[in-house]
Amino acid sequence: MDDIIQAQNLTKTFKDFTAVDNVSFNVPKGEIFAFLGPNGAGKTTTIKMLTTLLRPTTGSIKLNGIDTVLHSEKARKTFGIVFQDPSLDDELTAMENMEFHAVLYKVPGREIKERLEKFLKFVELWDRRNDLVKTFSGGMKRRLEIARGLLHKPEILFLDEPTQGLDPQTRNKIWEYLQNLNKETQITIFFTTHYMEEAEQVAHRVAIMDHGKIIDAGSPDKLKEQTQTKTLEEAFLKLTGTAIRDEEASGIDKLRGHGRMWRH
Amino acid sequence: MSAVYILWKRELIRYFRSRARLVGSLGQPLLFLVALGFGLGPVFAKAGQGNYFQFLGPGVVCMGILFTGVFAGIQVIWDRQFGFLKETLVAPITRFEIMLGKTLGGATVAFVQGVFVLILSMLIGFKVEHILMIPVALIAMFLVALFFTALGISIASVLQDMQGFQLIMNFVVQPVFFLSGALFPLSGVVSFLSIISAVDPLAYGVDAVRGSLTGITHFGLVTDFTVLIVISAVILTIGSYLFSRVEA
Repeated sequence: MDDIIQAQNLTKTFKDFTAVDNVSFNVPKGEIFAFLGPNGAGKTTTIKMLTTLLRPTTGSIKLNGIDTVLHSEKARKTFGIVFQDPSLDDELTAMENMEFHAVLYKVPGREIKERLEKFLKFVELWDRRNDLVKTFSGGMKRRLEIARGLLHKPEILFLDEPTQGLDPQTRNKIWEYLQNLNKETQITIFFTTHYMEEAEQVAHRVAIMDHGKIIDAGSPDKLKEQTQTKTLEEAFLKLTGTAIRDEEASGIDKLRGHGRMWRH
Repeated sequence: MSAVYILWKRELIRYFRSRARLVGSLGQPLLFLVALGFGLGPVFAKAGQGNYFQFLGPGVVCMGILFTGVFAGIQVIWDRQFGFLKETLVAPITRFEIMLGKTLGGATVAFVQGVFVLILSMLIGFKVEHILMIPVALIAMFLVALFFTALGISIASVLQDMQGFQLIMNFVVQPVFFLSGALFPLSGVVSFLSIISAVDPLAYGVDAVRGSLTGITHFGLVTDFTVLIVISAVILTIGSYLFSRVEA
């Protein structure tokens, strides 16, 4: 069977800066795949390309066999996404945020109610369904976003640093949901994280990205064996070095910078 | 079309949920009606121009629509800053549907605001001359709402953050209002002002609302409606184009 995510020779350049440099990888259906790398390595840019938010400068992406550039709308139905930063409407209730998503993704009207209940219960937010999202904690918002991302029954779930800034209890809980879901429905999970022990525990396979290129990929065990290290964290540091990276500004930040130069 | 509907509905939920903002946004029109209406009324009457309140009412109605509409459109910037825009951009719908839903939602909110201001001015003393012309005035009000919401979205598609907002208020929205003939008759003003007013979209909106409610018109209702329909179509096209280029 074909791999559910196929990225071929992906490149993204912003003016004179190459964020992603000729990257190719495949993810088979049902896999939990971790995408690792230091700040500014190009992870978020890659996720944005995979999820049709950015158009690759060159290269192609197929999700479940659908070309994301040629058939972006159809491709969008195949995945759910939890962004790095919150993307909920604070002024709406949990339920309203979910309904909004269900309608945008054309979930059949008679199924909406049942699915809202199922997924809100799944992330244990059913009791808070009628509360405004602005009253939620960071962990609750994250759980709601996961429930929302699953509402249209996607084949792939993208998560960009889903557990960043959350306490160990919440992180644990979130991975419990996701692993159960992966076992039950064979949903493919593609995520980025800076918590190496997390990737080591849950991922079937990891890819390590640095300076816009994938420098190594394989199961956590394989990477540890290759680098002769005991933990994924050590392997990661051995592969990417120990120097601290300053966060490279995203494309839009760069454009903003250009704008400011013009204004002053 | 269900996507357009839910985007429209979201704007309405947000508008009616914040009662404080709803009441607060009636403060400025009320101030204009009371301070200018009663303050300048005697001068206006002495100059032989009749009842100033009758003249001012439609102008202030359009002011309410203008501010609410542009503001509703510009909220796209907030949606971007708070991340919600990404949720809509990544959904399996076209950019045009998003733009349309947001514009119709914002325009409905601005239109409702205009109706509130109209009711408010009628409570204070504004009289509708021809009851049968009210639907015509409402259509004009909706066109004004549509135009300025689409304008707000167009501006928001180009601006990256809220820093440019004050610039837009001072150099676009305020001049559009003060030079539109909302506050003073356009007949007999110095020629440079009449030229500016002739290219001010709101001038036609104010004239259409005033013409249908009181019978006093400067350009004529046919001209007003032709201009309003044409510029609304143009700005919707421009807005769709600009919005289609927005990056998350």
